[in-house]
Amino acid sequence: MGAVAIEALQMAFVLLAAPGLVGIVRAVKARFLRREGPPLIQPYRQLARLLGKEVVLAHNASWLFRTAPYLILALTWAAASVVPTFSTHIIFARLGDLIVITALLGSARFVLALAGLDIGTSFGGIGASREVMFASLAEPAMLMIVVTLAITAGSTQLSSIAAFMLSPVLGLRISFALALVALGIVALAENGRIPVDNPATHLELTMVHEAMVLEYSGRHLAMIELAAALKLLLMISIIICIFFPFGLGGTGATGFLLGLASYAAKLGIAAVLLGIFEVSLAKMRVFRVPELLGAGLMLGLLATLLLYVSRSL
Amino acid sequence: MILILLAGTAVLLALALAGAVVKGQGRSLYAIASFVAFLSAILALISLPARPETLVLPLGLPWLGWHFRLDPLSAFFLLVVDLGAASSSLFAIGYGRHEAEPGRVLPFFPLFLASLQLVVLAADAFSFLFSWELMSLASWALVLVQHRDHESIRAGYVYLVMALLSGLALLLSFGLLAGAAGSYEFAAMRLAHPAPGLAVLALLLALIGTGAKAGLVPLHAWLPLAHPAAPSQVSALMSGVMTKVAVYAFLRIAFGLLPVPPGWIGLLVLALGGITSVLGVLYALMQHDLKRLLAYHTVENIGIIFIGIGLAMVFRAAGGEEAAAALALTAALFHVLNHSLFKSLLFFGAGAVDRATGTRDMERGGGLIHRMPQTAFFFLIGCAAISALPPLNGFVSEWLTFQAILLGPGLPEWGPKIIIPVAGALLALAASLAAACFVKAFGITFLGRPRSREAAEAAETDRFSLSAMGILAVLCFLAGIFPAAVINAFAPVSRALLGAAMPAQSHLPWGTIIPVAAARSSYDGSAIFLLILAVTVLAIAGARHLAAHAVRRAPAWDCGFPDPRPVTQYTATSFAEPIRRVFGPVLFGAASIVRMPPPGATGPAQIKNVLHDRLWEMFYDPVAIAVARLAEAANHLQFLTIRRYLFFVFAALVMLLFSLALLQ
Repeated sequence: MGAVAIEALQMAFVLLAAPGLVGIVRAVKARFLRREGPPLIQPYRQLARLLGKEVVLAHNASWLFRTAPYLILALTWAAASVVPTFSTHIIFARLGDLIVITALLGSARFVLALAGLDIGTSFGGIGASREVMFASLAEPAMLMIVVTLAITAGSTQLSSIAAFMLSPVLGLRISFALALVALGIVALAENGRIPVDNPATHLELTMVHEAMVLEYSGRHLAMIELAAALKLLLMISIIICIFFPFGLGGTGATGFLLGLASYAAKLGIAAVLLGIFEVSLAKMRVFRVPELLGAGLMLGLLATLLLYVSRSL
Repeated sequence: MILILLAGTAVLLALALAGAVVKGQGRSLYAIASFVAFLSAILALISLPARPETLVLPLGLPWLGWHFRLDPLSAFFLLVVDLGAASSSLFAIGYGRHEAEPGRVLPFFPLFLASLQLVVLAADAFSFLFSWELMSLASWALVLVQHRDHESIRAGYVYLVMALLSGLALLLSFGLLAGAAGSYEFAAMRLAHPAPGLAVLALLLALIGTGAKAGLVPLHAWLPLAHPAAPSQVSALMSGVMTKVAVYAFLRIAFGLLPVPPGWIGLLVLALGGITSVLGVLYALMQHDLKRLLAYHTVENIGIIFIGIGLAMVFRAAGGEEAAAALALTAALFHVLNHSLFKSLLFFGAGAVDRATGTRDMERGGGLIHRMPQTAFFFLIGCAAISALPPLNGFVSEWLTFQAILLGPGLPEWGPKIIIPVAGALLALAASLAAACFVKAFGITFLGRPRSREAAEAAETDRFSLSAMGILAVLCFLAGIFPAAVINAFAPVSRALLGAAMPAQSHLPWGTIIPVAAARSSYDGSAIFLLILAVTVLAIAGARHLAAHAVRRAPAWDCGFPDPRPVTQYTATSFAEPIRRVFGPVLFGAASIVRMPPPGATGPAQIKNVLHDRLWEMFYDPVAIAVARLAEAANHLQFLTIRRYLFFVFAALVMLLFSLALLQ
């Protein structure tokens, strides 16, 4: 029963915390730009406002366009619910295979790109075609990182990888450093953060994610924004779970509370770091991004090759 | 059992004869073929775990007879063949109505089905090669159904040349296997122990022969020409089934007839598979003919299958890695089944679109999701399955292949240590490019606004075609959420080939599969499906309770500048432009030549995209040029005097006698 309750708590927590995470990133960015910035709860307000508004559908929107927001949210949420965030004792931990998580995010992207093409506007097309181009490099990079981790930890299960990382046999490894850098690049690309894409822009030629969702409004847009926030939280959680899993393995009430507190603290730190990172960098031109992602893919492959050569590297 | 199966094949052969005389569209003929193939599929499924059966018929060569054998490997591939045959015959009941010249399809279609069955049942080299060539010729006739189309004629020609190459390589391979005094029965070949060098040579020849049929790069060139040219039910069979029969032939020779080959051949197969998968999908992305895109994508999937086979060969050669080899082989077999399901489904959908709009050009499609909602839905399932999205079946086989790749570091040699991770990266690249490719295929064809009048007025296809697509979509779904049942069914095959199988998956809860050990990795298709379903319901219910329900229809927003003309949409070519810019310059010599009018001039700007088929230029053009030169040189021989010809005859005789004397 405990596992079920923890799972339910986690699923509720990630959904509710995700907009707050976005709020923190925005606030940090605003402070560094010496702006007042919106209050932390602004993303929640925005979601509430969108939920209250009517949906304006284009005349030729199909059923796919109308179901896509729910599917995107559901696929992202399903991926987030199998990641051990603050406890490994969740019932879906055995589903928490990194390849499955990558594929679930890939499915969400597949649906989103299709939704971008559904109305038949040029913006939807530009967004979808650039998104799949980014993904065609980011996804293999992610899978190479998974292979790197799986070879060392002997498992593709996130919970086993986290347990392995907590164990004292680890030591410093070059391959993990490479994988961490690669994972950072992938996470930036997956979430459309600077330097890959700018989540705050509505300047036509630079949008990718925003171009795909341009035709959405009302509750549909709320679902998509929530899914985007959730995806940011999910990628950060994966990085935390793999590379900074301390506090995760605890059992009992104290261990559980400790896990929750440390997870929340780690999320906060990650959000602040992301904000600082974003203000200190400019967005890349679209066709510079493949070079960055290609570097991520090569780092992942290099890490894997190192491990094939010697398991202790 | 084998007699009943052969009776089914005989019925198909009789149908081929009937097809030659029957008038009309032959709907009953397709119906019978579908029924026979369906029964045969059930029998094949039943006989998967059964003991091998053999049968000799007094046909073929007088001193050899016609040997048949039904063992787990042939039963598995018979199942794949018959599933494809049954569904494509069902599809053809409706689709065949539009055929302009049914007399060009009806005799050859059942013949093609029968020959596919005969290949997997054959148990001696003669009957195998006879069935193999019958399969090539029947499908060649079907490629040339549109015999006045210039493209079809070229496709048929290239196909015939490649089929000849394939047949020749296999003939030589079997010749080496049989040895100087050996027998052409497979049973005898299995017992003969050829010298290691000869065995390697035979295997390489078999790789060429079967690779040319399956579409391994660089022997794939005929495939994207020939598969789209045939009627869609035949395209589905050629792409979904005939390439798998080639995979069968390779497995039969590499695992069934030869002793364990050295590891480097496995690495060669693995590397070829990796290259094939990435090049296949990149070529597919560059296409805007829907059926040609699908055909190129078959090349990619063949690559994935050969990655699995190559891994199995590497692990097998290493010794002591039977479990890993079984995992890799099971992954390959799973992908064989999956690909035959979703590729047939996608070709049916492409055929339905072709019939509804009169064109296979995606640039003239668009908006078909409104006009053909059911076709669109089934096609979408196929796209999701082939893009390896969970919880559908394509994901399971790619996941299994990755699990096999993860067992690579256990090998001691250096070759695998370098090639296996690179193959893994290529597989990952191919998988994610496949998703891009099918976003394009579905998005441009079915979504957006109609780009032509035909697309705007298209009508939903008939119910037979729809039911064929529906059945395959359901099978894709079931294989995805109950992978354990599928893997258990394959266990006899890998046990027969490797002496080991993946651990039985039957005692596990729900649809869980565990390739090696529970602590290592597990995948649960049905749980993932239920989880997605549950959270989707939660999201919809949440929105229903919390959100406003009002919906208003309005013109598209498009940042305030909506343009009602459909040409402003992204096309298939423009959708692939970013990927073409990233991968194209190196692989295809892709370039865009932009010609802007001088400032102040009112003329239109021009943009021209250039793509080179480097593989064709590298491998095929030189051969074609050499053959043409040789023919040119030999042409002189046509205009000689009778004395010269007599001299040639005499010289040939002397040469023969001389060489005979040398050999004695």
